[in-house]
Amino acid sequence: MSDRSERYEVLLSGSGGQGIILAGVIVAEAGIAHDLKVVQTASYGPESRGGASHSEVILSGTDIDYPAVTKPDFVIALTQEAADKFAHLARPRGNVLLDTTWVEKLPQNIQANMASFPLTEEASNRFGKPLVANIIALGYFAEHNPLLGADELLQAIIRRVPSHYRELNEHAFAYGRELADQA
Amino acid sequence: MPTEPFVKKYLRQRVLPTIWCGGCGLGTVMRVIVEALDDLKIDQNNLVVVSGIGCSSRMAGYLDANTVHTTHGRALPVATGIKLAHPELEVVVIMGDGDGTAIGGNHLIHASRRNINLNVFLLNNGNYGMTSGQVSPMTPHEWHASTCPFGNLEHAFHLCDMVKSAGATYIARTTTFHYMQAVRLAKEVLEHKGFAFLEIYFQCPTYFGRFNEMTDAPAMLQWLKKNAVRYDPEKPRELEKGQFYVGKLWEDNTKDEYTDLYCKLCGRAQEMMQVAD
Amino acid sequence: MSGTKGRTLLLQGNEACAMGAIYAGCRFFGGYPITPSTEIAEHFARKLPTVGGVFIQMEDEIASISSIIGSSLAGVKAMTATSGPGFSLMQENLGLATVLETPIVIVNIMRSGASTGHPTGTGQGDLMQSRWGTHSDHPVVALAPATAQEMFDLTVKAFNIAEKLRVPVILLPEAVVGHIREAVYIPAEGEMEVIDRERPGSYENFLFFKRDTNGVAHPPDLGAGFRPHYTGLTHDESGFFTAVPDRVNAFTVGLNSKMELHREYLTDYCEETVEDADVLLISFGVTARACAHVTRDLRKRGVKAGCFRPRIVWPFPEERLNRIAQHAHTFIVPELNLGQMRLVVQRVVGPEKRVVGINRVDGAMLTLERMQKEVEEVLA
Repeated sequence: MSDRSERYEVLLSGSGGQGIILAGVIVAEAGIAHDLKVVQTASYGPESRGGASHSEVILSGTDIDYPAVTKPDFVIALTQEAADKFAHLARPRGNVLLDTTWVEKLPQNIQANMASFPLTEEASNRFGKPLVANIIALGYFAEHNPLLGADELLQAIIRRVPSHYRELNEHAFAYGRELADQA
Repeated sequence: MPTEPFVKKYLRQRVLPTIWCGGCGLGTVMRVIVEALDDLKIDQNNLVVVSGIGCSSRMAGYLDANTVHTTHGRALPVATGIKLAHPELEVVVIMGDGDGTAIGGNHLIHASRRNINLNVFLLNNGNYGMTSGQVSPMTPHEWHASTCPFGNLEHAFHLCDMVKSAGATYIARTTTFHYMQAVRLAKEVLEHKGFAFLEIYFQCPTYFGRFNEMTDAPAMLQWLKKNAVRYDPEKPRELEKGQFYVGKLWEDNTKDEYTDLYCKLCGRAQEMMQVAD
Repeated sequence: MSGTKGRTLLLQGNEACAMGAIYAGCRFFGGYPITPSTEIAEHFARKLPTVGGVFIQMEDEIASISSIIGSSLAGVKAMTATSGPGFSLMQENLGLATVLETPIVIVNIMRSGASTGHPTGTGQGDLMQSRWGTHSDHPVVALAPATAQEMFDLTVKAFNIAEKLRVPVILLPEAVVGHIREAVYIPAEGEMEVIDRERPGSYENFLFFKRDTNGVAHPPDLGAGFRPHYTGLTHDESGFFTAVPDRVNAFTVGLNSKMELHREYLTDYCEETVEDADVLLISFGVTARACAHVTRDLRKRGVKAGCFRPRIVWPFPEERLNRIAQHAHTFIVPELNLGQMRLVVQRVVGPEKRVVGINRVDGAMLTLERMQKEVEEVLA
């Protein structure tokens, strides 16, 4: 685990309907359960309808005075547009996770560790629900962030998703963690 | 006219006399309202009178009740807040034609639409008396006012029709000439459950009359008498230019009243909460 | 926060605000949809019916503020929420609430730019409007929350001030504070002070608007058996119109004395390392959060910096600023407007002191980077 007093910034991006905001809320709630300070913001209004959507989460052991992502430690991009716009922002030695179902052209010259999987396709094929791509991404995130463990994230997911989808989300999350092991 | 006890009972005598001009019809209107309140034995402590700005709105100060003299045009939304906060209060709204149809016109159609249980008296003298006789949305076409010295290019609202299409469930019109009718209609307004609207034409000899060749109150009352046509729903007739109906024009008791509906909504919401728990 | 009976939730600033209002006893919301405040109305629409309160969407913002004045006159704590264009429409009856001495709370989630402006952009351009938007001399209190937690806490405080002093209170968060999600501690019932207006059992000679020794008048609720008269006209202690010069004077002076007599109660600020500071960063809302960061950076490098953030922006905490200003020579005032608070600071600290603004008006927050760079330039 890294120094908890340092800010850790997560930027989740994609398009409306991919569960970007929900994923951000889950990360933030996991942070609260872990006694971290959190800030979560999201694009909203006309910009969040149909088009590009993004959600920012800042986690820190101390008060967060500046409530916006400056240099994200972890970028998740589920669309080409999101990848083009946000992947290069990631801090060197940070992480970038891309969904190659939608990201055909991988961004170049990224200094962070970049991983790419067909998240939506896998979500669709394995679980019959393309919507759980965000949860698969969180499974991957669980294995690659220094602050939040898999248990904390899973508990936060369970609190947020409808109970009849609980099992589905647990499987999707577990699969995301497997992908992390493969990478 | 001898001063009946009810007049004393419902007026704050310490703030009289009124500011109204000699010959103004507002004294008559106030007596109509007071007589209706007394006939129905309305408890002054439970009575709220809300008014806007203008000659008519000064009436709130003279009536011995809970009274609120608000801003120009805003009597209805303030009254809406009062009624919703405490539906058991009897809420009377008094406004003038400038108040209710110009600056507060939007509030009038929306309060009508909600069918909230307010007793609305719109006192129409066809001009802005307080500021000395400017044209109002109720000044007849081609008539005169200080801001249309060459004649009014605009047309007056068909106000009762407008309020009807907006959703009010009791609508009537009367004049200061028709005293007994006015008291009867005022009582119907107070008894109606829902948005009840009474338009009262009253004389403003000081400005409206003077600008339009009626120099005193009797001349204006004659004019009101001459043009008023009693409304009989069985026998509708074509009105001649300048004529207007008086009497009850519309009543609909099929539409639920707003504070009742809101109360039921609270019940539903609370039930749903209990189920969720 | 473990060990207490409350709970901590991840809440959006706007949700926290609505929850704070309900905690404070608000049981009436009249509003009109406008970005970026709408989540407040939506929260009330879901919650108020379940606690026996009233939610109504009015036909415009003029009607919205009118309806909450009506509710409060009838004794039910009430609030509305809006943004710039709607706040402009409310100025008329904001004045009415001041002279009727009716407690109400207005939340103005600040967007960016004049007129329709940039609805989803953030800004701080309504600082002066909140003080002077309605005509003539009048008392107004305005609070500027900087966190989702403060959206809860300061909403409760806003109601308490409104009820205690019988004034309209404005909550003035930037759009960012309305939409930020942070952990918010919701206290248990009774854990946080909730003030209800004083309701005298009797009045001497029907003088409903007579001020007590604290300068506050306590006119009765409608329907409480006293039959008061409320008017927006100048009135004397009886509540009735007066044009007698002495009484007209007493009306305006008395109304405004509430601010002066309660200056201490109305002073609320946060500060860091101000006592020996040569350089003071002064700001409000979210913008001030970044100031704290910059201040600590400067201290690490040996610059004697401090930061000062009023949580109650009106009345402005002049006395405190004046005291800490004695030592400092440079004042930096970052704001998301073209220098509204800078003018106030300059007036308070005097013309001989150096007061510099850092301003941004493009709808975004002042980034740490930009603030650091501009502070460097000022100090170079």
